[in-house]
Amino acid sequence: MSQTLNASTLLAVPLAPLAGAVLAGIFGTTFGGNRIGRRLSHTLCILGVFIAFVLSAMTLKSVALDGARFNQTIYEWMVVGGLKMEIGFLVDGLTAMMMCVVTFVSLMVHIYTIGYMEEDDGYNRFFAYISLFTFSMLMLVMSNNFLQLFFGWEAVGLVSYLLIGFWYTRPTAVFANLKAFLVNRVGDFGFILGIGLIAAYAGTLSYGEAFAKAGELARLNFGYGTDWMLITVICICLFIGAMGKSAQFPLHVWLPDSMEGPTPISALIHAATMVTAGIFMVARMSPLFELSDVALSFVMTIGAITALFMGFLGIIQNDIKRVVAYSTLSQLGYMTVALGVSAYSVAVFHLMTHAFFKALLFLGAGSVIIGMHHNQDIRWMGNVRKYMPITWITSLLGSLALIGTPFFSGFYSKDSIIEAVHFSQLPGASFAYFAVVAGVFITAFYSFRMYFLVFHGKERYDQNPDAHQGHGHDAHGHGEHHEPHETPWVITVPLLLLALPSVVIGFLTIQPMLFGDLLRDSIFVDPAKHGAMAGLAQMFHGPVQMALHGLTTAPFWLALAGVVAAWYMYLINPAVPAAIKRMFQPVYTVLENKYYMDWFNEQVIARGARLLGRGLWKGGDEAVIDGALVNGSARAVGWIAGVVRWVQTGYIYHYAFAMIIGVFVLMTWFVWLNR
Amino acid sequence: MDIRTGFFYLFSALLLFAAFRVITARNPVHAALFLVLAFFQASAVWLLLRAEFLAITLVLVYVGAVMVLFLFVVMMLDVDVDALRAGFWKHFPLAAAVGVLIALEMAAVLMGGFRMGEEPRAVPAAGQAAVQFSNTKELGKLLYTQYLYALEVAAVILLVAIIAAIALTLRKRKDSKFTDPSQQVRVHARDRLEVVKLPPTLPAARAETKA
Amino acid sequence: MTPTLGHFLSLGAMLFALSVIGIFLNRRNLIVLLMAIELMLLAVNMNFVAFSHYLNDMHGQIFVFFILTVAAAESAIGLAILVLLFRNKSSIQVEELNELKG
Repeated sequence: MSQTLNASTLLAVPLAPLAGAVLAGIFGTTFGGNRIGRRLSHTLCILGVFIAFVLSAMTLKSVALDGARFNQTIYEWMVVGGLKMEIGFLVDGLTAMMMCVVTFVSLMVHIYTIGYMEEDDGYNRFFAYISLFTFSMLMLVMSNNFLQLFFGWEAVGLVSYLLIGFWYTRPTAVFANLKAFLVNRVGDFGFILGIGLIAAYAGTLSYGEAFAKAGELARLNFGYGTDWMLITVICICLFIGAMGKSAQFPLHVWLPDSMEGPTPISALIHAATMVTAGIFMVARMSPLFELSDVALSFVMTIGAITALFMGFLGIIQNDIKRVVAYSTLSQLGYMTVALGVSAYSVAVFHLMTHAFFKALLFLGAGSVIIGMHHNQDIRWMGNVRKYMPITWITSLLGSLALIGTPFFSGFYSKDSIIEAVHFSQLPGASFAYFAVVAGVFITAFYSFRMYFLVFHGKERYDQNPDAHQGHGHDAHGHGEHHEPHETPWVITVPLLLLALPSVVIGFLTIQPMLFGDLLRDSIFVDPAKHGAMAGLAQMFHGPVQMALHGLTTAPFWLALAGVVAAWYMYLINPAVPAAIKRMFQPVYTVLENKYYMDWFNEQVIARGARLLGRGLWKGGDEAVIDGALVNGSARAVGWIAGVVRWVQTGYIYHYAFAMIIGVFVLMTWFVWLNR
Repeated sequence: MDIRTGFFYLFSALLLFAAFRVITARNPVHAALFLVLAFFQASAVWLLLRAEFLAITLVLVYVGAVMVLFLFVVMMLDVDVDALRAGFWKHFPLAAAVGVLIALEMAAVLMGGFRMGEEPRAVPAAGQAAVQFSNTKELGKLLYTQYLYALEVAAVILLVAIIAAIALTLRKRKDSKFTDPSQQVRVHARDRLEVVKLPPTLPAARAETKA
Repeated sequence: MTPTLGHFLSLGAMLFALSVIGIFLNRRNLIVLLMAIELMLLAVNMNFVAFSHYLNDMHGQIFVFFILTVAAAESAIGLAILVLLFRNKSSIQVEELNELKG
C-alpha cells in the first residue's frame, strides 16, 4: 500500500448520484410539489453520475498506476456488544474497476433515458430511481464490511423492485416486481445466515478482520450433529445470496420477468450492475471460498447448469428483450463457473466486458423497440438495418463480442473461462467444461437468430396479428406502415460510446487484470489446490497471440457453426425451425414452459405457502387461539358461572345450611384428618 | 352431691329444655319467651362459674334489651303462623342427624383435647383469696388497659348499629308539610311565572266574517 | 358428680347442636332463625366463660363481653332488616325472599 486515497473524493462518488436522486425525487415529483421540471431533473441526475464517473476514473488511475489503496472507516454507526457497525470504504483494484464500470454504464443509461422515457409521465421519478440505484450499487462495491454490503445489497434490490414495477398500473409489471423481490428475499435469507455465521464465529463484520480469521475458521466444524465444515456452510450461505441476486438456477426465475421494466433499467440493473453484485461478492470473499472445495464445487455446478440451460431457453424466445435476458442469465452462469474454478479475476474480467456489451445489446434492443413503435416481437421485425444503421452496427458489434469473436472483448474473457475450467480438478469440473463449451454454440445460435430476424431478412412489420397502436403512438404520424426510423442522438450516442469498450477493452485490459497487479491484493487464490490461474498465466503470451490461437480452438468453430446455423435457419430456409419444432415438440413444450419452474413456483410453492397461511389462520388463529383459548376460556368461565349461579337461590336458609355444612366439614377436617 | 352441683344440673336442664322449646314452639311469641327463659338459666349457670358481671350483663342487656326488641318485632309483625310451620316435621330427621353429628364431633374434640376432669386452677396468691375478689374489678382492670382499643371499637360498632337501624327503617311522615328553605331561595321567576302577550282588542273584521 | 370443665363444655356443645337443629327446622321462619343464632352465640359464650373459670384467666370473659356487644348490634340490625322486609313484602316467609337469586 503505497499511498491512500482521499476520503472526501471517495465519499463524493456515491453521494453525488444520491444528491441528484434526492433532489429529483423529492422536488421533481408530486411528493415535493413538482417544483423542478424535466430538464433540471435530468441535468441534476446526470451531473451527479458524471461527477461520480470522473472521480471513479481518477480513483482507478491512482489505484492502477500509482498503487494507491484505501481501507478506512468513514463513520461508526454503533457498537453492539463488541460488534462494530460502521460505514467504511475499501478501495482496491477490484473496487476501483467496479466503480468505473458502474458509473460509466449508469452514465450511458442516464443519457439514453432522456430519449427513451421522453414521453413518459414518470420521467423525473425514473431519473431519481436510477440515480438512487447508482448510489446503492456504489455503496455495495465500495464497502469494507458486511453490514454496508448488505445495506447496498438490499437497497439495489429495493430500487430494482421500484423500477421493474415502474409502470405500476400494469398487473404484469406488479407481478414481476414482487416476484423479483421475493425470489431475491430467498437468496437474502441465505446471505444473512452467512453474514450471521461470520459475525458469530469471527466476532466482526469487517472484511479485513474476518479474512484474517479465515484460517482459524477453516479448522472449525459446523456442529449441530453434522460433519460439515463451518467454512463450507458459510460459503454456501453467502453463495445462496449470490444465487438470488445474480439469478443463478433455481433462483433465476425473476430475471426474465424483470423485462417488464423499461429497457434502460434492463440494461443498467439486469445486465451490467445489480446482477453482477453476486459475482463481485464472491470474488471479494475469495479468501473464504478458497478454503472450501465443497463450496467451490457447488458454485461451479450451479453456474454450469445456469450457463447451459438458460442458453437453451434463449433459443425459443420471441421477445427481443427476453432473448437478451436469457443471454444475461447464461453469461452470469459463465461468470459463476469461473468463480467455482477459483479463477476469480477471470470472472470479474468477464463481468466487466459483459457489462459493456450486454448493456449495449439491451440499449440497442430498446432503440429497436422505440423505432418499431414499441413492438417487441422479433417475428414481426426484419431488415431494420436499412432504417436504423447506427443501432444495427452497434448491435452487430455487441453480438460479435458476446459470442466470443477473437479480438473482441468477449472473446478474451470467455475463452479465459473455458481454459480455466479445463484446469480444474474439482468434482463436477467435467460437466462444467462440457456446459461452457456447448454454451458457446448455443450463445452464438440464439444471438444471431435474434440478429438475423431483427436486422436482416424480409420486412414483416405488417404481419403482426397483434398489430395495435403501440401505447398511443399513432401521433407519430406514420399511418399504417409502421416503418422504423432511427432514434435520436441521445439514444444512439450511448450506443456508440458503449460499442467502443465492447470491442477494445478486452484486448487492452486482459494483461493487467488477469496477470498483473491490479487484483493481486483483492483476490486470494490458493495456488497449490486450485491451479487454474497459474495454468492460464503459463499459457498466456499476450492478447494478440491469444486471439490468433483462439482461431484454431474448438470454441471459435462452435461459435462459427452457431452463426452459420442461425443464418441458414432464419434467412435461407425459414421452414426449418418450424420443422424442428414439430419433430421435437415435447422438448419445445418444456422449453416454452421454462422447465416448468414458474409453474412449480406458482402452483406448489406459492400455493403451498398460501395454503399453509390459510391453514394457520383458520386452524391456528381462528380455531385454536380465538376459538379455544380466548373465546373458549370466556365461554368456559360463562358456563361455570352459569352452573355456580344456582348456588345463589336467594333463600336465606339455604345460605344458612351452606354455612353449617361448611362448619361441619371444617370440623371433620380438624378432628379426623388433622390429628 | 352439693348444692352447687344440684343447681348446675337444675339450671342446665331448664336451659336445654328452654332451648328445645325455642326451636319447636309454634307461636313465635312463645319462642321468644322461651328464649328469655334460656337466657335466665344461662345467667344462673354463669353465676355458678363466678362470672357475676357477665351474668348480670346477660340479663340486663340481652334479656332486657335484645329480647325485648325481639318481642316488639314479633308482636308487631302480623305473621301467618300456619304457613310458617308447614313441612316442619318433614325435615326433622335430617336436622336431628346433623345436630347429633355436630354434637358428637364437638365431644370428640373436647374429650381428646382437654383435661376435662380437673378442678379449677388454684388462685395464685392464697392470701388474696380472702380479700374481696371482685369479678367486675378484675374485668375492668383488664378491659381498660389491655383491651382499650377493642373497647373503643366496640363502642363504634354499637354506634354504627344504631345509625344503621335508624337509616334502614326511617320513614318519612306522610302528613307533614314543610318547605325546604334552600330550594325556596333558589327559585327563579321563570319557574313560577310566564308572561303571555295578548292583544287588548280583537279586530272587527273577524267578527264580521264569523257572522 | 361435681361439674367439671367437661360438663360445661358439653352443655355448650348441646346448646350449639340444638341451635343448628333449630336452623334446619325453622327454615321458613326468619324470626326463629334469628333466635337460633342467638342461641348459638349463647353456647359459644358458655364455652368461653367455662374456660375462663377453669383456667383462671380473665381474658375469656373479656371476649364474652365483646361478643355480647357485637351480638346486640347484630340483632338490632337484623331485626331492622326484618321489619323492612315485612313492610315491603307483608310476609316473613323466607320462600318469598328469593329476588336475589342468581
